[in-house]
Amino acid sequence: MSRLEVLKTYKIYIGGQFPRTESGRYYTPLNKAGNPLANVCLSSRKDFREAVVAARNAFGSWSSRAAFNRGQILYRIAEMLEGRKAQFIDELILQGATNAQATTEVHTAIDRLIYYAGWCDKFQQLFGTINPVASSHFNFSVPEPTGVVSIIAPQSNSLLGLVSVIAPVIAGGNTCIVLASETKPLCAVTFAEVLNSSDVPGGVVNILTGKPNELVKYFADHMDVNAIIYCENDATHHKLIQEKAALNVKRVYFYDKVNWQSADAENPYFILDTQEIKTTWHPIENIGGAKAGY
Amino acid sequence: MIDTNLSLSIPDFTVSPRIDQVGIEERAKRFTTRSIKTSSKVSLLKLTLNMIDLTTLEGKDSEGKVKQLCYKAQHLHDTYPGLPTVAAVCVYPSMVKIAKKALGNSGIKVAAVATAFPSGQAPKDVKIRDTKYAVAEGADEIDMVISRGKFLEGDYNFVFDEIAAIKEACGNARLKVILETGELVTYDKVRRASDIAMYAGADFIKTSTGKIQPAATMPVTLVMLEAIRDFYYKTGKKIAMKPAGGISKAKLAVHYLVMLQETLGKDWMSNEWFRFGASSLANDVLMQLEKERTGVYQSANYFSID
Repeated sequence: MSRLEVLKTYKIYIGGQFPRTESGRYYTPLNKAGNPLANVCLSSRKDFREAVVAARNAFGSWSSRAAFNRGQILYRIAEMLEGRKAQFIDELILQGATNAQATTEVHTAIDRLIYYAGWCDKFQQLFGTINPVASSHFNFSVPEPTGVVSIIAPQSNSLLGLVSVIAPVIAGGNTCIVLASETKPLCAVTFAEVLNSSDVPGGVVNILTGKPNELVKYFADHMDVNAIIYCENDATHHKLIQEKAALNVKRVYFYDKVNWQSADAENPYFILDTQEIKTTWHPIENIGGAKAGY
Repeated sequence: MIDTNLSLSIPDFTVSPRIDQVGIEERAKRFTTRSIKTSSKVSLLKLTLNMIDLTTLEGKDSEGKVKQLCYKAQHLHDTYPGLPTVAAVCVYPSMVKIAKKALGNSGIKVAAVATAFPSGQAPKDVKIRDTKYAVAEGADEIDMVISRGKFLEGDYNFVFDEIAAIKEACGNARLKVILETGELVTYDKVRRASDIAMYAGADFIKTSTGKIQPAATMPVTLVMLEAIRDFYYKTGKKIAMKPAGGISKAKLAVHYLVMLQETLGKDWMSNEWFRFGASSLANDVLMQLEKERTGVYQSANYFSID
């Protein structure tokens, strides 16, 4: 007897839960051959609002975790991803990649997570400074996470692109809301399942699926979002984001020229993008004959 | 003391109506599914603000904290023109004078929790003195707690007499009777306690102290609203309602107002007849109002801390 295959329901990921979109709307992305891939949630602004609340709630404990622990958790994501490699490769192929492309993409994504896991407790030394000042102060600057980051992920590299934008943001202690690739959303939802089973606290990463055209405005104008990352080269979106982000002076980053496959796509400056530099003036007695203040 | 003009016959409280638990919970859930259009939402949110008893009931309350709360009561969010003020500020008796002075002639009332709040475990004369002290300090409203222990023992006369005695001690101040529904366990008991409180002279019945979980819930509030409705049909006397504790989101507050409108009707839709006891609700309502005004989701960073 032939068996009907059980198709997976692709849901969104908010606050460590997998709800359906509150709007009750779905869309059906197609593969290259024009066949439907799956029914995927068409998230609304209210889903985004819920996700921001979850991200804000998660921020306090995530940012105050030991950096080393964050590194362990990122490493754990990579381990879990390794274990489910086959599923990701299948999904990438479903979405139109060749077997070789899919395998490379998954491998690169895993390696990239390991790369940022290592940076978690090291970028502070690289970007932190001890500053020479003229008064009797020990003066130093350290990077601190900016807060909640909204991300519109790359459209083309549905797994690698997603991982490449999420990893540096959470490695730095931020929490985020990510809008997955509109045309290739399958890996994003499966990646959420990986996150959910790898010690990442609920709310640190929230993943929505849907249309950038609908949601860009809200990603850019929400007053409780501290930075926005946008990965496409759409001039109208760029303009809209810059205008709306000005409302609460968000940090705005356009990663539209990055080739996510290349080695240039991983470096600690991506972490620095969502950091704020805090400088502390600590009074001390004069040290050194020349009254050098540090 | 019972208002003799009403010439009430005191019913047998042991036969207060029984509550259908499943029915009341289903009914309460229905109120959360109403579709409310933007303009109605904005006026409901403003009404919510106007119904709030801004509350601070902490052991660590200080003069500064109370003054700051009173300032907030009068200036909820000055960048939004034309906002109403809250209905009252709710404090411990020792803070009444400070609150009264800080509020001046703003029209905002001062409510004081008396009668050995929140446990109510004190002798009757201590409770009466507590109440008289708060009234003498200038409290416009008194929030009393019932003796839940006695109530659960079935000593309804004791509870009734105590409420009546406190009512007498209140003079012109309006009396809110806190049932502490979280300790009464069943809806039947909530209904019975509501009946006792209303017949004994309560001006308000109030769900909770906010110190016990669960505090106010929609089904419990619905039971009490229905008790108020039945009492009104029987005696013609309007009693006010105050759910308190656990209502911190604007959306939930709007659900309560829908329930109020559909249970008691328009006559109760003002802060004379309905209050929210809350400390953090105001900020969420303000954020929603700002969202409607600016079209942009808001951040707590741009509102007062508490």
